[in-house]
Amino acid sequence: MKTDELIHALVADARPVPTWAVERRFALAVMLGLAAAVVLMLGVFGLRHDWAAVWMLPMFWGKFALGGVLALLGLAVVLRLSRPGAPWGRIAVWLAVPPLAVWAVAVADLAAAAPSERLVLLLGSTWRTCPFNIALLSLPTLAALFWAMRGAAPTRLAWSGACAGLLAGALGVLAYALHCPEMQAPFVALWYLAGMLLPAALGALLGPRLLRW
Amino acid sequence: METEERLRIWMLQGLAGDAQAYQCFLKDLSAYVRNFLRRRLAQRPDDVEDLVQETLLAVHHQRHTYRPELPLTAWVHAIARYKLIDWLRARAARDACTEPLEDEADTFFTHADREASTARRDLDVLLQTLPERQRLPIVHMKLEGLSVAETARLTGMSESAVKVGVHRGLKALAALVTRSAP
Repeated sequence: MKTDELIHALVADARPVPTWAVERRFALAVMLGLAAAVVLMLGVFGLRHDWAAVWMLPMFWGKFALGGVLALLGLAVVLRLSRPGAPWGRIAVWLAVPPLAVWAVAVADLAAAAPSERLVLLLGSTWRTCPFNIALLSLPTLAALFWAMRGAAPTRLAWSGACAGLLAGALGVLAYALHCPEMQAPFVALWYLAGMLLPAALGALLGPRLLRW
Repeated sequence: METEERLRIWMLQGLAGDAQAYQCFLKDLSAYVRNFLRRRLAQRPDDVEDLVQETLLAVHHQRHTYRPELPLTAWVHAIARYKLIDWLRARAARDACTEPLEDEADTFFTHADREASTARRDLDVLLQTLPERQRLPIVHMKLEGLSVAETARLTGMSESAVKVGVHRGLKALAALVTRSAP
């Protein structure tokens, strides 16, 4: 086929394009993913029972702040990665800020604690399962985000997959924090982060395979 | 008018449903894409037009990912690069699993043709003697005209490894040629 003929065919096929098509798809993916994560959390793990005792502790909200800020940043990065030629590096650097903040609090807590208590602060009683639980809750979101990205045009496939995984992990944290009984900053700094990095690694592996266009 | 401004206005009108403007946009764009690809596929002029069409098709299908606040040229450039790298990678994979045929019919070609193809084949034979970390950078950078960064991405090597590979590979090739042609 001649290139001119192709152009004619493309022009004939052109309909007006809705302006926020990509954003709408991602909004849908995030809402579906978060809803699925909460339902999964309720079904598999259940809500924590000590609301009255913890709802006004800073650490209870700190976990939501960590997940929420990372999710907002992650969404901004993923949206940029979905558009060819959009700069994303500078905003992606901000993804390091929430973990660094949690680490700062964790280091302060560890320094203030008696040496014999430090291991307890780090490991809590659920460290074996916490990262995997968060990763499990993030899987529906990861699938939904990949669906949204396949409707866009990411050109850095591994990075796009990784950032989608991180966003899915952050939303998984939001759901898991409704269940998780751990209240120590060092625990969150270690195992919540690991729980978000697992889907990020999975996304980086799957991106080059599933996001090609 | 500046290329960026002209293309951007046509594109935005096209996105709003103006077929005339969209046609101007695609026509104008195809010339830039052709030029971009021709410089990078100097070794394979026959494939340029295929890839031009592939890129235009991608621009059309992905036009909903363009945002007015993005520079249009950066958007198109990223799409063209993506399609080029994807195509090169697919071809590298295809070449890896197909054995090139040594056809005797080659010798019936015209003089000029034979000269060119033997030169190319001699080069291929010499290149085969190099280890992969030197051969791939030379093939991508010196024969196909890719940049260091594109070669690094394509081969999975670091950029400095690519540069070192080209340097050492060319040195080794030079040594081979002087040894075999006294």
